[in-house]
Amino acid sequence: MNKFTEDDLKKDLENKEYEYGFYTDIEADKFPVGLNEEVVIAISKKKKEPEWMTEWRLDAFRIWKEMEEPDWANVTYKKPSFQDISYYSAPIQKPKLDSLDQVDPELLKTFDKLGISIDEQKRLSNVAIDIVVDSVSVATTFKKTLNEKGIIFMPISEAIQEHPELVKKYLGTIVPKGDNFYAALNSAVFSDGSFCYIPKGVTCPMELSTYFRINEGGTGQFERTLLVADKGSYVSYLEGCTAPQRDENQLHAAVVELIALDDAEIKYSTVQNWYPGNAEGKGGVFNFVTKRGLCEKNAKISWTQVETGSAITWKYPSCILKGDNSVGEFYSIAVTNNYQQADTGTKMIHLGNNTKSTIISKGISAGKSQNSYRGLVQVGKRAKNARNFSQCDSLLMGDLCGAHTFPYIECKNKTAQIEHEATTSKIGEDQLFYCNQRGINTEKAIALIVNGFGKDVLNKLPMEFAVEAQKLLEISLEGSVG
Amino acid sequence: MLQVKNLHASINNKEILRGINLEIKAGEVHAIMGPNGSGKSTLSAVIAGNETYEVTEGDVILDNKSLLEFAPEERAHKGIFLSFQYPIEIPGVTVTNFIKTAVNETRKANGLEELSAKDMLKLIRAKADLLELDRKFLSRSLNEGFSGGEKKRNEIFQMAMLEPKLAILDETDSGLDIDAMKVVANGVNKLKNKDNAVLLITHYQRLLDYITPDFVHVLYNGKIVKSGGKELALELEKKGYDWLK
Repeated sequence: MNKFTEDDLKKDLENKEYEYGFYTDIEADKFPVGLNEEVVIAISKKKKEPEWMTEWRLDAFRIWKEMEEPDWANVTYKKPSFQDISYYSAPIQKPKLDSLDQVDPELLKTFDKLGISIDEQKRLSNVAIDIVVDSVSVATTFKKTLNEKGIIFMPISEAIQEHPELVKKYLGTIVPKGDNFYAALNSAVFSDGSFCYIPKGVTCPMELSTYFRINEGGTGQFERTLLVADKGSYVSYLEGCTAPQRDENQLHAAVVELIALDDAEIKYSTVQNWYPGNAEGKGGVFNFVTKRGLCEKNAKISWTQVETGSAITWKYPSCILKGDNSVGEFYSIAVTNNYQQADTGTKMIHLGNNTKSTIISKGISAGKSQNSYRGLVQVGKRAKNARNFSQCDSLLMGDLCGAHTFPYIECKNKTAQIEHEATTSKIGEDQLFYCNQRGINTEKAIALIVNGFGKDVLNKLPMEFAVEAQKLLEISLEGSVG
Repeated sequence: MLQVKNLHASINNKEILRGINLEIKAGEVHAIMGPNGSGKSTLSAVIAGNETYEVTEGDVILDNKSLLEFAPEERAHKGIFLSFQYPIEIPGVTVTNFIKTAVNETRKANGLEELSAKDMLKLIRAKADLLELDRKFLSRSLNEGFSGGEKKRNEIFQMAMLEPKLAILDETDSGLDIDAMKVVANGVNKLKNKDNAVLLITHYQRLLDYITPDFVHVLYNGKIVKSGGKELALELEKKGYDWLK
């Protein structure tokens, strides 16, 4: 009789290899390593940007040069050397793509391996995808349907050319150039990303979706997303990513800015599966992301994230509730395994009257990983009747991992109501035995328990994304239990 | 159907079961009674394959095959069901989702196709009605915030869904008031037939007023010290256990 103990379980979890670890051989147009004003100018030139954009980048670079990398997060790692990174890499391809036949077949193979074949996505899920591989968008679908509604959804590099007035008006207004070290770096060197504008009163008829992916070894990825929902509009935006296996650390410093004007609603969902490093903690992506949204009157922004990847995650999708009656929501599942470290959470800044925010954070730690929730609920002096509810739950597997909670509350108005709840639990042998006794093997039992734990968050994801996220949770935590 | 032969089992090198012999045939109901600490729950856990206990000697045989080499889920697939004394909570997993997974995993292991969502729902409803379970109950998180009675009814519901060969009910009556116990006993009686068997583990005689055993065994200090018919249970109720020691 094989005795399956918690130690075996831990071993199985540690041995779980990264299932999406492969590398696509695409010829890349790549800059030499290093960063200075010339490189910033060269990036701008490469993208054929107007002068104001070049100046904007240079300004950001000058701010960044004076800044220091922050070290307050509950993570330890060897700081990347920013002069050893190449700041631009684009797949070489035919200039204009009208259909999938024209996309590099190697690239399509990669998508097939990821199970996100564009064909299938197109046919089955009614999702328009703006695919970003190594910083340059290679295919944009469903443009026509969106065009009819006046919705703009395109690579930000194109938007800078085609809609400079919109980009200029909103870029950097929510996450200013000098907001933080990584945001400043991103502002200087961002290669591409997505731009989206929903006109007044328009409900976007489909989920907008972007898949990000790091492909070239040693290439930093600096994505920039700008999403503007005009008055009374609605959009649901999905962002998902997986990255190929790498030995050296890869830096990823994205910036996402959301603007919800009066009565608008933005739902932003992320499934993040960057390469987490191997079982010894070698390799893996450093993910330093700044995500922030602004709500005007009666507007609502909802962040939902499922984070399973990255060696280091540093990420706090936030809401500035500026307008009266605006609503901010944050739903998060963060899974860490092996030597992964995550410091993630949110900031809810209540400025308007009758503003409401909800925070549901679920952390799952396994292996020797460290999982921290860090959140700030701030109520301004003039914000009357602000309400917040926060719930932070941690699930531990084994006894070598850690779960931490750092909730900060700053309240300057006494009409506010703020609630915080937290729990910590452990997957126990008794739970596993109970499942086993009902004919459910340990691997399946863990998936069941973890999905149950994360249910409140998974329920917030759009249907097709929720299925993918559940699969990802299982992949991240299961081994081939015998 | 089930034979337990000279079974010895220990936990942390402390011997709990010291040579148990028991034979259960299809269609029979056996009751095991005994004072606290006599090894009743250990026996049920060892048959179900709980790996906290180590079997040091003897065998457990189901349909002429030893169970000892099989993992708990494999034993479940072969038709062993254990109704837990303390059913475990799994937050966020509904009763329906849990039993659906259990039934389909068992079917797959036995070379059957998974039930379609429609058929599954039909089966769940039929069994819930049989046990007079409120359907709202099915969408609650497994055992979370359940009363003692609800937990035990849920165990019997799962048993009804899985249709085991041998159902072991470990202290199913503990913590139940008389009405709840009647409901549970009624469920067990409805599910009993000539092809399956029931092993009741209980402290008190009162459950046996509602589920009539064919045999009663007294477990004391890791051994069966006396066996008899249902009248033995009444005798124990009157005299206690001391006279058997």
